[in-house]
Amino acid sequence: MLPYPLLSASLVIMWLALNGFTPGHFILGCIVSVFASWGMAALRPVKPRLPKWYLLPKLVGIVLYDILRSNLAVASILLTGGRRKHKSGFITVPIELENPTALAVLAVVITSTPGTAWLEYNSLSKTVLIHVLDLVDEAEWQALIKTRYEALLMEIFK
Amino acid sequence: MSHTILAWSVTIAQVFLAIAMALAALRMFRGPRAQDRVLALDTLYVNSMLLLMVFGMRTGKVIYFEASLVIGMLGFVATVALAKFLMRGEVIE
Amino acid sequence: MNVIEHAGDLPAWAALAVSFFLVVGAGLTLTGTIGFARLPTFYERIHAPTLGTSWGTGGIVMASMIFFTVLATRPVVHEILIGIFVTVTTPVTLMLLARAALHRDRAEGNPEVPAEAPLEREAEGQPAAGD
Repeated sequence: MLPYPLLSASLVIMWLALNGFTPGHFILGCIVSVFASWGMAALRPVKPRLPKWYLLPKLVGIVLYDILRSNLAVASILLTGGRRKHKSGFITVPIELENPTALAVLAVVITSTPGTAWLEYNSLSKTVLIHVLDLVDEAEWQALIKTRYEALLMEIFK
Repeated sequence: MSHTILAWSVTIAQVFLAIAMALAALRMFRGPRAQDRVLALDTLYVNSMLLLMVFGMRTGKVIYFEASLVIGMLGFVATVALAKFLMRGEVIE
Repeated sequence: MNVIEHAGDLPAWAALAVSFFLVVGAGLTLTGTIGFARLPTFYERIHAPTLGTSWGTGGIVMASMIFFTVLATRPVVHEILIGIFVTVTTPVTLMLLARAALHRDRAEGNPEVPAEAPLEREAEGQPAAGD
């Protein structure tokens, strides 16, 4: 009946918050959430396991701080534009993570940080192609991604 | 005093976002390739979403926030569909 | 300049905080779009809109949340949903677009793009790509 109880519960809460807390909307929201969780079950996603979920706030904190910092860096590059020449380029980073959920989180983190964009992951050679807006030193970026995000993600999804 | 500052900053935010939308539209017309135009359309969606939120703050009506949520969802689905089309649709294999 | 009518009893600190977050958010969005219009290549341009979708949206969502929480006119559900929605969907669209652009450039044999790695398997190469 309910393969994803957490998903169904959050859908009902969202429905009630958007439409008002009335018994009628509660029933309607329950029906919608049951059908939505059936649809989710038909997709058969891999259930992620998070043994060290208490490290997640640390990851979120690091990511929010990095996004804020790179926002300012990219804004200064864009505004000074023609005067200070920046050099952009592609880099390849070897990645040891294999858990698909961990890879997805890493991809979202790297893409939502201004200045870096995740292009594609090669599952055979286990490398990621990343485009960097302000590329000064390739080894520095590789070390940054590996030590700052990958190590923490490895620990969370181990 | 502080309310005047608030009114001014709401107006400034609206002007900023309107200019941003105009620039995105410019890129959409100029963009040399199809992927530039799709990216410009996505930027246009996000900017209009933010502009609707600022309108909602100016008028205090919930309907603007609902509209902005709907625009966000439409923008996501449209951009994903267009990206898929660019990937599979017209490229010579 | 008219004072916004329904913000009658907003305290001064809240009005200043709302103004600050609004201008910063809209300013970041504008900066990103200026860069989007000015940068020369597609792969550089793909970085520019993330300014608007990260702290640009964050600033405006924050301003709206402070505004309606202090005024207590309505619960701030929509702002939270918009924030979560933008955070989750933008990387997906950007990744899909970047991969489509890469695919097109490789199919045309553009020299600026790195070549495809040998023996790539299609099925597992795309985490979070929305398939």
